[in-house]
Amino acid sequence: MATAHDRTGESTTGPVSLDPESAGWLRALRGSEPDRRAAVERLHALLLRIGRSEVRRRSARFGVTGPELDDLAHQAAADALLAIIDKVGDFRGESRFTTWAYKFVILEVSAKVSRHFWRNPRVPLEIDDWERLPDRFGLDPAAESEWRDLVAALRRAVEEKLTERQRRIFVALVLTGVPPDALAAELGTNRNAIYKTMFDARRKLRAALAAAGLMDDGMVRRS
Amino acid sequence: MNGWAELDRFLRTDPRDVGCAQAMELLHVYVELVAQDTGAERRHPGIAAHLRACGPCSDDFEGLLAAVTGQDD
Ligand SMILES: [Zn+2]
Repeated sequence: MATAHDRTGESTTGPVSLDPESAGWLRALRGSEPDRRAAVERLHALLLRIGRSEVRRRSARFGVTGPELDDLAHQAAADALLAIIDKVGDFRGESRFTTWAYKFVILEVSAKVSRHFWRNPRVPLEIDDWERLPDRFGLDPAAESEWRDLVAALRRAVEEKLTERQRRIFVALVLTGVPPDALAAELGTNRNAIYKTMFDARRKLRAALAAAGLMDDGMVRRS
Repeated sequence: MNGWAELDRFLRTDPRDVGCAQAMELLHVYVELVAQDTGAERRHPGIAAHLRACGPCSDDFEGLLAAVTGQDD
């Protein structure tokens, strides 16, 4: 069945025909005041349900329980609803309307959870703790002789090959264990910029380890 | 046993990787292709590569996939 949400847009020309349910949402949200109000209420209920599940799904990792979880879901649903109403004109029918809408609440939960990180006892960004690296990458302490040179070379590459900003972000993410979104918020930037900085850093580090004969461009070479 | 596997994976970069902004832009489209098993990875290799390497984006992807497949409760 080729419905609108099967399409990815790469070869489609002309307007995408919406599936009936999505068309119904758009009609109601742009319709007369009673229709619109009813649709907004229905949408809010859906967003709250999805927001609650998403908060629950993530709760174990960010250590929040009870009423605070539900507050977070309510805030995420309310913020997502405002954004959706504001951006409904951007909806292109590339997916079902509800899938597009759910993305807003998932991303709101994601952002709110990451801000939560800084409410834990303050983690200094610059703890440059190389002792944590083996554990972070599951390197067996009993086999230290096998990876000692590799870790030493990695550390040297971080200190010598990375720019100041790359080094700072590497230390925060890898050695201190700050989640990327929390780091982005702290540095006043966004996830994409942090990722790109780390992407370039990862490539440089791999090249340095390859030049030292410790790793190749494909699989790791055993010593 | 290969104790370096995780470090190796971490340092491996895929040139097709589109980054977070593009992956998030099309996440709703990608999720439906995955949910319907209609060649998400083949159609959007750059997003697939990104989700393999980016923890936060892959977490958002898992959340949206659970929402659309009704495994959200
Ligand atoms: Zn990402």
